[in-house]
Amino acid sequence: MTMKRTRAFGAALAFASACAVSLSAMAQASDAAAEIEKYRQALADGNPAELWEARGEAMWHEARGPNKVSFDKCDLGLGAGVVNGAYAQLPRYFADAGQVMDLETRLIHCMTKLQGVSVADAHKTLFGGPGQRSDIEALVAYVTSQSQGVVMNVSLADPAMKKMYAMGEKIFFFRGGPHDFACATCHGEEGKRIRLQDLPDLTHKSGAQKAYTTWPAYRVSQGELRTMQWRLNDCFRQQRFPDLVFGSPASIALTTYLAYNANGAAYAGPALKR
Amino acid sequence: MPTVIMQRTVTRAFALIAAVAIVVGCASTRMDAANDAQLRAETAAAMRASFKARGQAGIDRLDQDEAQRLCSDYFNKPLPADVASRIEKSNLAAIKWPADGNYVGDWKNGEKIAQSGQGKQYSDDPKSPNGGNCYACHQLAPHEISYGTIGPSLYQFGKRHGYTDDMRKYAFGKVYNTEGYTACSNMPRFGAHDILTEQQIKDVVALLMDPKSPVNQ
Repeated sequence: MTMKRTRAFGAALAFASACAVSLSAMAQASDAAAEIEKYRQALADGNPAELWEARGEAMWHEARGPNKVSFDKCDLGLGAGVVNGAYAQLPRYFADAGQVMDLETRLIHCMTKLQGVSVADAHKTLFGGPGQRSDIEALVAYVTSQSQGVVMNVSLADPAMKKMYAMGEKIFFFRGGPHDFACATCHGEEGKRIRLQDLPDLTHKSGAQKAYTTWPAYRVSQGELRTMQWRLNDCFRQQRFPDLVFGSPASIALTTYLAYNANGAAYAGPALKR
Repeated sequence: MPTVIMQRTVTRAFALIAAVAIVVGCASTRMDAANDAQLRAETAAAMRASFKARGQAGIDRLDQDEAQRLCSDYFNKPLPADVASRIEKSNLAAIKWPADGNYVGDWKNGEKIAQSGQGKQYSDDPKSPNGGNCYACHQLAPHEISYGTIGPSLYQFGKRHGYTDDMRKYAFGKVYNTEGYTACSNMPRFGAHDILTEQQIKDVVALLMDPKSPVNQ
């Protein structure tokens, strides 16, 4: 692990200094893209997400909260404590909660209902930052890692799921705010990029599959493992929308839309991204 | 049955089938429309419940104007010509043209505006100037290799289209309110939505239209 990480950071340094060299012409653009691809590959064999996964796994089995209950009693849809393959079937309708839940919402549900953690405490550090570790990010890293290689299989058989999907699609194409941006503005066409960053086309199966199966991800630029809820929140920030509420109906609708569109592909997260 | 009568019967049968098909078709279209209206209302309510105001980004940003509403509805289907022309007419008419009739500012400032992605995010300081973030989607000056491809390349824009008054005016109007020219364009309405000031738009126009601008080298 340590050696892998050293190599990864070495590659990052090499990339940074390659950037510092002044590049003269447009012909360099394709070289730059090739360099970024090399950088991604160099990083891929040592993913710091493993640190979050390990912490999440320890937390999963630990008796927690005022009720001193571990997540082994938490049902992610496949039965109490069953983690293997659970993420590949989320979001789903949970009868005990009477609503559609994504992984993050379900974890919060288990914290509050099972472990007796207060709603405020469960929502304390939803996204980690410098000196602030997020329990949710660690738990999400662990649970998702246990679906690696499992084929995405989200079902819309339940009418509540069908409605969530339809709402998610509407929200995906919802243009608003001062910039007129919708999700589809950046993610509705194939082969586009913003600056040098490739943009997945989420309206087509292959794009949705590639994108959805590689979240959550360790973001090198932030030194954090980021969840799907974070991904959506930060997209809306850049869309110039107000703040997307964690676990809100819109966030779950969009996640349902994206997850269902990714059906048929093997889940491959937590991945590693720029 | 004589042939003529049989033909008539067959014709009548087809007419009846066609009529039934039309009625059923209309009914299902009406039902789709009703379902869609309900879904739209439910989605709007879900959106309201899902965002909170933060920094400069208020909840009113979820209120769509006519163009935003129509462009959302037609995002993944062909935009009817009459809808497009309605959007373009109203947006073109709302452009506030410079009182001095001059469309071109300083390309050096234009380059800075084109590079900056600041502005209007809740994480941005509303007191610092907004950028246009042109390079996020367009190729412009050749020295900047980190450009996006959502919009067309604008390299040598002035050189290619000619340094004419009409072209300068077009460039100003297009940056000010793109919907006046191309309904449901992906580009923000920089002037109409107070993202850039009139002077900033002139500076961006200079980046595109000044023969000395690096874009035109």
